[in-house]
Amino acid sequence: MKNLHMLLVDDETEFLSLVTRRMARRGVEVTSAESGEQALELLENEEFDVVVLDVRMPGMDGIETLRRIKARHPGTEVVLLTGHADTSSAYTGMQLGAFDYMIKPVAFDELFAKIRDAALVSGRA
Amino acid sequence: MDAKGYGVLRWKFIGVIFFFSLIPVLALGSFIHAQFSHTYEEKVTSNLRIMIENKRAAVDMFLQERIAQVRNLAYTHTLSEMGDQAFLSSLFGTIRHGSASFIDLGVIGSNGRHVAYAGPYELGGANYSDEDWFHQVMLKGVYVSDVFMGFRNYPHFIIAVLRREGDTNWILRATIDSEVFHSLVQSVQLGRRGDAFLVNGEGLLQTPSRFGRPTLERCTLPVQGINELTIMHLPGGERQELAGVVPLRTLDWKLVISEDPSEEMSPLLTVQSIALSLVLGGVVVIFVGAFLTTRAIVAKVERADREKAAADMNLMQSSKLAALGKMAAGIAHEVNNPLTLIREAAGWITDLLTDEEPESMKHFEEIEEAARDIDRHVERAKTVTHRMLGFARRMEPVQENVDVGALVEGTISFLANEAMHRNIIIQREYAPDLPLINTDATQVQQVVLNLLENAIDAVNRDGNITVRTGADQQGVFFSVQDNGPGIEPGLLSKIFDPFFSTKKVGEGTGLGLSITYGIVERLGGRILAESEPGQGATFTVHLPAA
Repeated sequence: MKNLHMLLVDDETEFLSLVTRRMARRGVEVTSAESGEQALELLENEEFDVVVLDVRMPGMDGIETLRRIKARHPGTEVVLLTGHADTSSAYTGMQLGAFDYMIKPVAFDELFAKIRDAALVSGRA
Repeated sequence: MDAKGYGVLRWKFIGVIFFFSLIPVLALGSFIHAQFSHTYEEKVTSNLRIMIENKRAAVDMFLQERIAQVRNLAYTHTLSEMGDQAFLSSLFGTIRHGSASFIDLGVIGSNGRHVAYAGPYELGGANYSDEDWFHQVMLKGVYVSDVFMGFRNYPHFIIAVLRREGDTNWILRATIDSEVFHSLVQSVQLGRRGDAFLVNGEGLLQTPSRFGRPTLERCTLPVQGINELTIMHLPGGERQELAGVVPLRTLDWKLVISEDPSEEMSPLLTVQSIALSLVLGGVVVIFVGAFLTTRAIVAKVERADREKAAADMNLMQSSKLAALGKMAAGIAHEVNNPLTLIREAAGWITDLLTDEEPESMKHFEEIEEAARDIDRHVERAKTVTHRMLGFARRMEPVQENVDVGALVEGTISFLANEAMHRNIIIQREYAPDLPLINTDATQVQQVVLNLLENAIDAVNRDGNITVRTGADQQGVFFSVQDNGPGIEPGLLSKIFDPFFSTKKVGEGTGLGLSITYGIVERLGGRILAESEPGQGATFTVHLPAA
């Protein structure tokens, strides 16, 4: 299996570091961004198989970031991480073309499975 | 506002309506009364005026006739004729035959001594030369005295006429019984309390007063100085007196007629009492009208207040719930992030352990197990935060697919602590495979919450609550059964009424079940209450499938 290249966007740095390390162990190359703006910047220069995007972030929120990603890079698959109460943002996210949404706190194995599914779809595209 | 407040409001309304309605009624009543009294009094006064004029004319005529009679006798006879005792006696007999009011007749010479005398008294030797009337008649020619007792010791008055016959002057003097005035003035219809009498210039009674004093006593009425017809209102003790006074033309006497106006005015009194009863009737009608109107208005106000309070309570309840939900959501979100990190950290430990040789690590298995425990407990914490978020979710009414069983279970968990503290066991009898129904989860949750709270309050301590769910043809149902004291059969029909509460004042609003009922109605369902006193109560909520 070829190495997946994933962009993880979350304002929680410890979360970024833990997930990066755990994904790396499973052969997923993770680039992390601490904000929506940073993520969009990175996307300009690199291609990713999948973007995992937290909805609740200070500054540009996940939905706005998703909207911009889909505008500039329609082929990039995005998995949203939402809070339980944010079913409306999950719904909006799906409307905007997100691959899927997951409710935090996410079980790692489920996330891993989900990004592999997303990468398969983006690989086909 | 409490019951007393509504009572005060009611009486205020009644007072204002009553007061302002009374003003025109009383004004009209007193105006009619005054007008009628005035008119009637005028009528009575004018009656008295006519009567006293007639009476005066009669008295005057009587006096003038007597004077004329005496004068005629004097001028048609000579002294020699009249001085003859036998002739005078026969003449007197003739006169008395015509008029009994003549008591005696005397012929008096210019020396004041009787020349002849005819009458019942022995006055033949009387000398009048020092009497006042003798000088008066000598001076003026005609003299009429006031009533006096005189030698005869009997009330009478005299008419004396001076006859000049050549050089000799003589006087014909007639004594007239004043009783004749009495019968003359009192022959009028005076009613039960009327009176009529004559008063001389000095205010002495010339005829006896019917109810007052005898002749020659002083008159009690202030008749002095009256020189034309005067009507006087005399404020009496228990009765009013209306008196008419008129001076006689012939003499310096006054005729007084008094009457009790209340007799004459009895038709007025009848009208007055009719008017009074009409006014009183009007007052009663106004009062009853004001009372009934006000009662209806205040009842409406009270009902509106109750409805408003119920609505306010409902609003407060839901806003309280919304605030609670927001807080719960905030907490859940804040807790979720560290939970995620804890879980990832534990996962990282597990990941790292796969690099290790289990044999070379002293506590490999325990570390692995601890990491798994962390993950397991994070999962538990996650269900709590998710439940909190579920409670907080969307307060506006929505339609969504709801798993009533899960919702009931989720709601029980809110009150599980409370029940545990009170040693209340919550038993669950859930039907398996309950169909999802299309309803508003938050509202259903509140219904469950209210019923559970009521059940816990009813049991108070040490008891059982059984929560059941099930499905029927129309949809699903759930019931909450407690083994508390139950509800009296008479009160069972009232428990959904707003403000009905069996709890002590201040402990319950009496709105919980009313709100619950309202919610179930809005959701298209129905709520049933069953209870046997001493056996607890069961509340069952049926919700439609769609």
